[in-house]
Amino acid sequence: MTGLDRMAAVAATEFRLAFRNRWVLLATLAFTLFALALAFLGSGPSGALKADALTLTAASLSTLTVYLVPLMALLVSYDSIAGEIERGTLALVLATPLKRGELVVAKFCGHLAVLALAIGIGYGIAGAVIAGVHGADDAGLIAWARLLSTAVLLGAVFIALGMALSGLPRQTGTAAALAIGAWLILVVLYDLALLGAVIVDQGGIFTKTVFPALVLANPGDAFRLYNLALIESNAPIAGLDGLAHTLPFPVSSALLVLVLWLVASLAAAWALTRRIRP
Amino acid sequence: MTDATILSVDELTIRFGAVTAVDGVSLGVAPGERVALLGHNGAGKSTLFKTVLGFLKPAGGRLSIGGAAPGSDAARRAVSYLPEQVVFPKALTGAEVLTHFARLKGVAPKAALPLLETVGIADAAGRAVGTYSKGMRQRLGLAQALIGTPRLLLLDEPTSGLDPVSRREFYDVLEASARAGTAVLLSSHSLSEIENRIDRIAILAKGRLRAEGALADLSRRAGLPIRIRVEAAEGRVEAVHARLGGERVNGRSVVVTCRAEDKVSALARLAELGSDVADIDIALPDLDDVYRHYSGVTAQGVVQ
Repeated sequence: MTGLDRMAAVAATEFRLAFRNRWVLLATLAFTLFALALAFLGSGPSGALKADALTLTAASLSTLTVYLVPLMALLVSYDSIAGEIERGTLALVLATPLKRGELVVAKFCGHLAVLALAIGIGYGIAGAVIAGVHGADDAGLIAWARLLSTAVLLGAVFIALGMALSGLPRQTGTAAALAIGAWLILVVLYDLALLGAVIVDQGGIFTKTVFPALVLANPGDAFRLYNLALIESNAPIAGLDGLAHTLPFPVSSALLVLVLWLVASLAAAWALTRRIRP
Repeated sequence: MTDATILSVDELTIRFGAVTAVDGVSLGVAPGERVALLGHNGAGKSTLFKTVLGFLKPAGGRLSIGGAAPGSDAARRAVSYLPEQVVFPKALTGAEVLTHFARLKGVAPKAALPLLETVGIADAAGRAVGTYSKGMRQRLGLAQALIGTPRLLLLDEPTSGLDPVSRREFYDVLEASARAGTAVLLSSHSLSEIENRIDRIAILAKGRLRAEGALADLSRRAGLPIRIRVEAAEGRVEAVHARLGGERVNGRSVVVTCRAEDKVSALARLAELGSDVADIDIALPDLDDVYRHYSGVTAQGVVQ
């Protein structure tokens, strides 16, 4: 019971700090504005099928979410361990009965709560505005809810990853550099490298067998494929996303990939925090 | 190693690779006792503290906190820690920081908040820590360490950078907790700062314990000489030097040294000089001389 109370204290303080340092405001604004911009600037031309607006925006927003949510998640978590070492508070915190595992889980929960709140409010407002202006059908609402909840799962993966990277260095600056590096590699360069390989391969064995597995192995791509594959529409999809409807795996495997990433990152964060001498 | 000690350290050795940071140190601290660890940077003070907290594993020897192993649940409940440099989140208020640590220690926040009064920052309880002065932040750190009346307080250079008034008040609070039965182990660079505020000192140099005991005992055991500076009357310095021996300084003064027990007879001889002496200044070995004596640094100006 006292263990839970200690964890609640850590999570509550993280939650409070995210509000105080304006992270919640910044993230909520970003999510709301990007979602609305996509709805009213991006999918504007599809005037004939107004009821589809929510579904169409969900499809295009899933692509943007892959960039935005990991960035925001890393922004909230990169500092979590290294920052406390640098400020000297980790030694104080670990001198109390709080266990290292409790610290990792509690910080993760606190960060996830603020991220879920920001995504919920941001995408919630945008979804309500789109539904209010264009109307909404069941498929649209389901697609939107699926987008919102899997975005939180994707955020959880990157929060845990940010915490693991934060357990490596002793300086906040290095932790920030590692987080940016992770974002660039996983979100940007990974896809570019795969696309390059597909072009070189020209429809060979790599494209047919290895490529789909490699795409699915990336948490951002897994998130996007899951959302796109389940959206029944003729929304224009290009590039890697073409795979969404020809995926040689069941759709649910994308969710499994995200959960595996989450578990592995949390385990890494815990293992790295255990070996720290504050 | 008796039941009376809260912290018992026995032949403790800690290594970082090839470097031995703490080398065969034995030390005990009893309830209500205030013990100071003195040493230069790198003498092993912080390493010893981190081992007491369970952050470092000893390469040899034993260490127990009220019979419990360092880092165990029982030990963590018994020990409170305050490092030299701690930066609490700037956006939190003092009361929020204290509440946070009270919950981590399993103490009701309501019971902890009066500690802000104890350390003298109750007025600033609702202000963000970012607006605190260095002294106020360190007081908040002390309040945090006092939560739940710990059995052992570990303070790593707690008063460095504090102004003299804050420093005195800091030691007043420590004295009150010690009287209530808390064992206090603190580290410091300077002996003069902790004079009269500490029951016992332990001097560490290069990881080894060089001396341990009450300040007065250490001072006596060091056997450092007393310096008597005799200012001769106009033109009489030669005569004074001829009678007393010692060392001539400044053209008008003679400095003689003697052992503490010979002080009275030395003064008697001085009195015989009558009007040849214009003034006398007696310098007892100061605490920093005692510290230097034990830590192996020879002080300038100390003869023998």
